[in-house]
Amino acid sequence: MESSKVIHALYNDDEILLDAVKAVKAKHHHIEEVFCPFPVHGLDKAMGLAPTRLAITAFMYGITGLSFAIWMTNYMMIQNWPQDIGGKPSFSWFENMPAFVPIMFELTVFFAAHLMVITFYMRSRIWPFKDAENPDPRTTDDHFLMEIPVHNNEEELTALLSATGAVEINVVDKH
Amino acid sequence: MYQFSGKLKTFSLALMLLGVLGIAYGFFSTPKTIEEAKEIIAHQSSHGDAHGTTHVTEESNAHGSNDHHESASGVHGSDTHVDKEMSAHGAHNDDSHAEHVLHQLQNRPWSALYVPLFFFLGLTLLVLAFYAAQRVAQSGWSIVIFRVFEAITANLVPTSIIMALIVIATAMHFNHLFSWMTPGTFDPASPNYDPIVDGKSWWINTPGWVIRSIVYLLLWNAYRWIIRKNSIKEDTANDGGKTYKFNYNASVVFLVVFMITETLMSWDWIMGLDPHWFSTLFGWYVLATLLVSALTVTALVTIYLRSKGFLPAVNDSHIHDLAKFMFGFSVFWTYLWFAQFMLIWYSNIPEEGTYFVARFTEYKLPFLAMVGMNFVFPILLLLNSDFKSKPWFVIIGGIVILAGHYIDVFIMVMPATVGGQWGFGIPEASALLLFVGIFIYATFSAFAKAKPIPEGNPFLEESEHFHYYNIEHSGESSDHH
Repeated sequence: MESSKVIHALYNDDEILLDAVKAVKAKHHHIEEVFCPFPVHGLDKAMGLAPTRLAITAFMYGITGLSFAIWMTNYMMIQNWPQDIGGKPSFSWFENMPAFVPIMFELTVFFAAHLMVITFYMRSRIWPFKDAENPDPRTTDDHFLMEIPVHNNEEELTALLSATGAVEINVVDKH
Repeated sequence: MYQFSGKLKTFSLALMLLGVLGIAYGFFSTPKTIEEAKEIIAHQSSHGDAHGTTHVTEESNAHGSNDHHESASGVHGSDTHVDKEMSAHGAHNDDSHAEHVLHQLQNRPWSALYVPLFFFLGLTLLVLAFYAAQRVAQSGWSIVIFRVFEAITANLVPTSIIMALIVIATAMHFNHLFSWMTPGTFDPASPNYDPIVDGKSWWINTPGWVIRSIVYLLLWNAYRWIIRKNSIKEDTANDGGKTYKFNYNASVVFLVVFMITETLMSWDWIMGLDPHWFSTLFGWYVLATLLVSALTVTALVTIYLRSKGFLPAVNDSHIHDLAKFMFGFSVFWTYLWFAQFMLIWYSNIPEEGTYFVARFTEYKLPFLAMVGMNFVFPILLLLNSDFKSKPWFVIIGGIVILAGHYIDVFIMVMPATVGGQWGFGIPEASALLLFVGIFIYATFSAFAKAKPIPEGNPFLEESEHFHYYNIEHSGESSDHH
């Protein structure tokens, strides 16, 4: 059942936030989201988030780039028009391979880097002109905000969160 | 305190004994006269031995064209086969060929000794240099393995002594490792006169070479002696960091000295084997080979000592960092290897190209296998962050990397000294065993002589709590940070 109300608990220190996240997880409450002005080391592990697979995608994009470079050099330099350029052997791809290594390397890096960045943008839903999803502008400056959905347990959650050192607790309607 | 176990000591002594016996056999079975060499040549051709026939046909086709050869290497003509001694003798008749092969055969046990000697001396030196760099960088992660670095550098003493002996023996013409030492090379009246080498005689001359070699060895050993003494002093110094600062300054000075001597050493001891050939990034290339090997050996010794329980402060993150260095410098080695190869291949100036033609025709298998072992294998094995913190993965990767870099040094030395007469037999294997034995003995007996953790280092606390965020340590819950 989708909850229509959420609790916003604000903190002003990352260490206190980290302890609060652990306390809330210990009580088996679901944390919808945590907004931070900067990366907090260990927050993903405290929240129990799954590790990213971005590096794996980058590896595959790199292999794609390498394959593309091999295909391109072979097609252009060996198959399509095998000219004698300054005595370089163009009889087979392997004979001329050292000359292709720089472009193979660069295309591997190019594909891996750019496609991984685009993957990151897509998975994180970031693009120009996107409306910011910021519940409180202070979270981009010096406050940390934990968002917890409410299931008729408003008092219990409020008590728990104020015990963890929250500086402000608001119950708001989720749009 | 670590106790050098009797079992390990016996094992290392057995390796040394086996090595010495095999080396003695290598010297004993070397042909002494031209007649014996001729017999071996005849034997090689009649059996169609790959190395022998390649060599013979190359000699006989030196001035003709050889289609297979042209297409394989892209370089042809007599330049390919110019050999200092051969051209010095003038004619390509049977006797001079046999004499040439005789010299190569006589060089084999010396080269077999020289390759692992240089490999172990060099990797020990690079452990010392990496250790100095850790001090200068004031790194926070590596303090708990400082004593491992120091213990390995103890191997510098025996390998330096053997190197000094080989240097003196070479200068006294006990071997023909360095063709520029052939009598008459610098004498215009001699049939051995070589004007190209003569033009370089301001640098490559025997007295200068011996003096420089001894100076390098003395400088390295001096730093190693000073830093080891003062590192142990640091444990109990309690003098407001005075000893620590002294060690820092000594390491800064050493790194400057090291970079200069390492470059010159690679010219004198390796590039000098091919006195007609030169390459500007050679010093870096040798450095890269030895640096990868040094870090690999450090990782292996650390893993061994940790498994025996003598390095309780070393956690999976330390292993992970060492493996990252192994990975990174493997790629760095490949970069330099390829940069050197590709620049020479691309422009193909005959005087530079011969170096790789000799290696690509007579050493094709190790030459290509080396690239797989030193680049493809580590890049695939050590790319994954989880794999890098698993000791047995690092051990497998490490053994392949070490073997690959031994082959690298082998290919630097052998083509210049034994040419087509190479092989990996009893002389090579025994020399390798000898230096493995010396390494084990020197390293572990030195590790037993000091506290396994440098207690006086100001960064020790940080190093003990070192934790790379991405990996979970074995035997530790995930919420421990």
